[in-house]
Amino acid sequence: MIRIIDLHKSFGPKEVLRGVSLTIEKGETMVVIGQSGSGKSVLIKHLIGLLKPDSGEIYIDDVEITRLDDDELMRVTRKFGLLFQGAALFDSMTVAENVRFGLERYTRSSEEETRKRVAESLALVGLNDADCLMPFELSGGMKKRVGLARAIAYRPEIMLYDEPSTGIDPIRADAINDLINKLKIDLGITSVVITHDMVSSYKIADRIAMLYNGEIIEVGTPEETRNSRSPFIQQFIHGQADGPIKDW
Amino acid sequence: MASLSPNALLLSAFEQLGAVGWLFFKTLKNLFRRPREHQILLQQLEEIGVRSMPVVSLTAAFGGLVFGFQTYTGFHRYIGPGSEAFAGPIITLGLAKELIPILVGLMISGRVGSSMAAEIGTMKITEQIDALHSLGANPIRYLVVPRTLAAFFMLPCLVLYGDIIGILCGYFYNVVLMGVNRVMYVQNTLMYLEIWDVATGLIKSCVFGVVIAIVGCWQGMETEGGAEGVGRATTRTVVISSISILILNFFISKLLPSTLKGG
Repeated sequence: MIRIIDLHKSFGPKEVLRGVSLTIEKGETMVVIGQSGSGKSVLIKHLIGLLKPDSGEIYIDDVEITRLDDDELMRVTRKFGLLFQGAALFDSMTVAENVRFGLERYTRSSEEETRKRVAESLALVGLNDADCLMPFELSGGMKKRVGLARAIAYRPEIMLYDEPSTGIDPIRADAINDLINKLKIDLGITSVVITHDMVSSYKIADRIAMLYNGEIIEVGTPEETRNSRSPFIQQFIHGQADGPIKDW
Repeated sequence: MASLSPNALLLSAFEQLGAVGWLFFKTLKNLFRRPREHQILLQQLEEIGVRSMPVVSLTAAFGGLVFGFQTYTGFHRYIGPGSEAFAGPIITLGLAKELIPILVGLMISGRVGSSMAAEIGTMKITEQIDALHSLGANPIRYLVVPRTLAAFFMLPCLVLYGDIIGILCGYFYNVVLMGVNRVMYVQNTLMYLEIWDVATGLIKSCVFGVVIAIVGCWQGMETEGGAEGVGRATTRTVVISSISILILNFFISKLLPSTLKGG
């Protein structure tokens, strides 16, 4: 379970998170929606310890992670897989080397097991024959799928997806949504998905939280979100320029 | 930057000094921790050492030649014909203690320091450093430690190699081209030269190596703002490490004894 309590974060004078509180249950898929630049990625980076909050607490299975040192934090991040918005593949490594990177560090698998797991992970994202390619030879969508294969290769307990459907075609995006659901059902993975794609949100979410102005303004099931009375949520989910959200 | 007050500039300078000092401290802390990145260390040893040999060869050769030429001219003009054989120890001393360590340091800061900043800077802006962290690799242990170790070990090797080339070129200019007495040139050189003179240059080069690697990695990790940011980081790396080398060289020269012989 993930518990975020009153999280604050500023970059210089810009206050990005202003007291975010959110609880994500084990095995749940929580989708966090919000405008570009609303602090969704900043929130996700706090969960894995890439950013330290100015104040507030984050509990991962009852371990408070914001005050851990690098080595203690590394033991907690073992539980996480992170799909980056831009894939963040290591450009000096092949696809297979990228996928096995976390596997080698987080598990004690034999070479044979590692090779098998790399092949399995690549097959899961539909890239069976791409293992020898370099990242510069891949399209944007392929990079994203390799990033996903790399993140799930060591079977994390919690998956963080930063804009999983951005930059890929709708069919591939839907396939990734199916994969997120499959990972949840087959492996019981807890997922936090950052997106502004409402089609994907409704398909994968158990609950949807809207981040606006540095705060979570509402949390609910997809149905509750769809029927929300909040004018902010209605403006966002319908993609309207007119409404209470002016800072776009 | 232009509109900053002197106080703000001073504060920013201290902030940056603190940041680079903190990175150096974290590097030392991670030096002996596992897992050790042997593969990256080997790659860096090759990158910093083997691949820098051509540029060091050229620099040392022409440094030796021009230093040999000026020393020859000085002796010939001010002390008189025949005194040029005493140029040997001066050339050797000057090259081994000062010129070669500085020239190699500056060349490596341009060639290796800038490439470290560019590589790590690109990794930073494409979130690859965050990816390292998320995949269980401590970025300091994975990126900074191997580069710092490799520079620490390879700079002295390059300086020693540069010493040999520079001294041979100084000898070549004086003895082969200008006809200085070979036996006297060599005898004088061996009479006045100490192992400590060469060791001084090697000690300096170890410090320069650490400075180049830490500054390059620090600037890389501080990179922000896309391709322009990477360009700025590489330029800053060369400027900061070159100036640091020149300043540190003076202080190390003053701190280290000029000879180990008593009296």
